[in-house]
Amino acid sequence: MNNSKGILVIGELSEGKLVSITKEMLGIARKLADESQQDVSCLLANESVQQTPQEAIAFGADKVYTAEDPALKSGGIYVYLQIVEKLIADISPWAVIMGQTYLGTRLSPRLAAKLGVNLTTDCVDLKLDPDKKAIIATRPIYGGNVFAELSSDLIPHLVAVRSKAMSPIEQDSSRKGEVTSLKAEIDQSVIKTKIVKSVKEEVTGVKLEDAFVIVAGGRGIGGAEPFKTTLQDLANLFPSAATGASRPPADDGWVPEAKHIGLTGRIVAPDIYFAIGISGASQHMAGCTGSKTVVAINKDPEANIFKLANYGVVGKYEEVLPAFTEKLKSLLAE
Amino acid sequence: MSGLNMIVCFKQVPDPEAPASALKVEGKEVITSPDIKPVADEYGEFALEVALKIKGSIGGKITALSLGNNLARDVVKKSLAVGADELILLEDEAFEGSDNHATSHALAAAIRKIGEYDLIFCGRQSSDWGVGQVGLSLATQLGIPAVSVVRKVDIVEGKARVEEVTPDGYNIIDVELPALFTITSEAGALRYAALKGIMAAARRQPTIWKAADLGLDPSEIGTQGRVNKINKLYQPSSEVKCEIVEADTPAEAGAGLAEKLREARIL
Ligand SMILES: Cc1cc2nc3c(=O)[nH]c(=O)nc-3n(C[C@H](O)[C@H](O)[C@H](O)COP(=O)(O)OP(=O)(O)OC[C@H]3O[C@@H](n4cnc5c(N)ncnc54)[C@H](O)[C@@H]3O)c2cc1C
Ligand SMILES: Nc1ncnc2c1ncn2[C@@H]1O[C@H](COP(=O)(O)O)[C@@H](O)[C@H]1O
Repeated sequence: MNNSKGILVIGELSEGKLVSITKEMLGIARKLADESQQDVSCLLANESVQQTPQEAIAFGADKVYTAEDPALKSGGIYVYLQIVEKLIADISPWAVIMGQTYLGTRLSPRLAAKLGVNLTTDCVDLKLDPDKKAIIATRPIYGGNVFAELSSDLIPHLVAVRSKAMSPIEQDSSRKGEVTSLKAEIDQSVIKTKIVKSVKEEVTGVKLEDAFVIVAGGRGIGGAEPFKTTLQDLANLFPSAATGASRPPADDGWVPEAKHIGLTGRIVAPDIYFAIGISGASQHMAGCTGSKTVVAINKDPEANIFKLANYGVVGKYEEVLPAFTEKLKSLLAE
Repeated sequence: MSGLNMIVCFKQVPDPEAPASALKVEGKEVITSPDIKPVADEYGEFALEVALKIKGSIGGKITALSLGNNLARDVVKKSLAVGADELILLEDEAFEGSDNHATSHALAAAIRKIGEYDLIFCGRQSSDWGVGQVGLSLATQLGIPAVSVVRKVDIVEGKARVEEVTPDGYNIIDVELPALFTITSEAGALRYAALKGIMAAARRQPTIWKAADLGLDPSEIGTQGRVNKINKLYQPSSEVKCEIVEADTPAEAGAGLAEKLREARIL
């Protein structure tokens, strides 16, 4: 594999547009590729890719490989894996960048096992080692209490990057690139899983990833009801706000899983993050470190959250929060 | 179908609830302070609970499997105490320093040695390094189908019907056996061990397999078998100064917080 060259980004798209993680992956790939004189290629595989190849080029890809097949949308990971494996065999990339996403977390370990190479998941930074032979990937371990810089001698380097951790380059619609469409040759006979039904659990209101203000509750909230009342009342004061939660409320069904924030939930980066009845476990905080301001309400003065928040009140949220919301409402009206 | 053979993989880790101050980086190792107790990884416990539920409803045999060195007996025997039928430990100094690649290679060898299995369960992600790789890597090496981040497993007409958590809901997926599933927290916490179970487990000895028992070459496991090189470990210096708003009553403190955030032009 000594001739391996190029950085392959496993792109993701939704409703005919690149999702933001794809732009972030292209951004870091472009940077690494420029520093090591390589090309950036991007795979876009879905039922239909529409205008996304041009978009990927504008965000830094030199080559785009497209695969269009309805099975890519509905068939599950084993369909996707076949396309990726074939492409890797054909172009033997030096590195493959995936997202720490629904797709990437399912694809990357399987790919690593098939290729017998190293995989570093959940990367928050990628850089070249000084002699440009490897990628040094930084990832949090021990729930974010420690960071590890990892590399490998084996090629291709496989990395999965956390969303919102890397920056896209500025979109340049005049960039030129080459688009190649792959024939999706899918062997259905090897597929032993079958999606019987896909259920979408509707979450009304602003998406967590898009919210400027997040009012998040933890186990200390005590039940489902306050998420719809006390916490929602605060969220209602802002045009772009949503309620969120730590893992226990999602596990206990107080809120839908889509509200679960953290290492195993969603990664968010609002301007203001309210952590209410949340102890501040590192695995939770891993999902909101990008927040500009963290405000904590917790009845335990020793709670870890007070080491991580910018502002706080010690007290029962049932007493503190309604008064806070009330006061803020009148201040905002002034 | 009855009498399924199930294997549950779990990993011994330092208690993840330990405060950051209990962790220290020494060179290329993370050292936990001695008062931090080892525990079974949380998601590995969720996985064991799923297997126990299946055993409870249709019967079967559960083999718990863990790789490490100097594993704490009270930690690993908990699996027996809650209802696992067998405990196999891959316990050898040679496994010291294994990364996920080496770990899944050795676990795959052990599972081949066990030979008969219908279902394998892993946690979605371990509590220490949290890579989220071992389960899917194992399935790929064994050539069996897998679904990750699963919260529910039913056995229907000789197949598994599982619920996979997705970013906006869930998928119901039918899977041919043998299969591997990685289990997420919504599956539910591991049951408590009854006293009777604890006492019975105390009398039992786990089966120990060394690297050589699995026909593994030293170059494939432990530090030598690593493909993931640690260049550096460090602890982030992240403590922010928290401004605590105090007042006579909690309600006044709440109102005070609103004023403060407004003054600081944060809201
Ligand atoms: C690999 C791994 C991944 C994980 N991923 C995630 C993740 O993605 N997201 C996540 O959240 N967790 C995750 N966890 C779990 C995490 O370690 C913690 O267990 C969890 O975040 C704790 O949630 P909590 O703060 O809501 O609950 P607790 O830790 O129980 O804290 C509840 C807090 O509420 C306070 N409280 C109680 N009553 C009141 C009241 N009336 N008013 C005000 N305060 C009150 C208490 O003082 C306490 O501080 C993960 C764990 C592991 C091992
Ligand atoms: N040393 C180990 N022994 C047994 N099972 C393990 C080991 N390491 C990881 N696993 C299993 O793989 C899951 C995911 O671990 P990881 O890929 O390290 O995040 C864990 O929840 C366990 O079920």
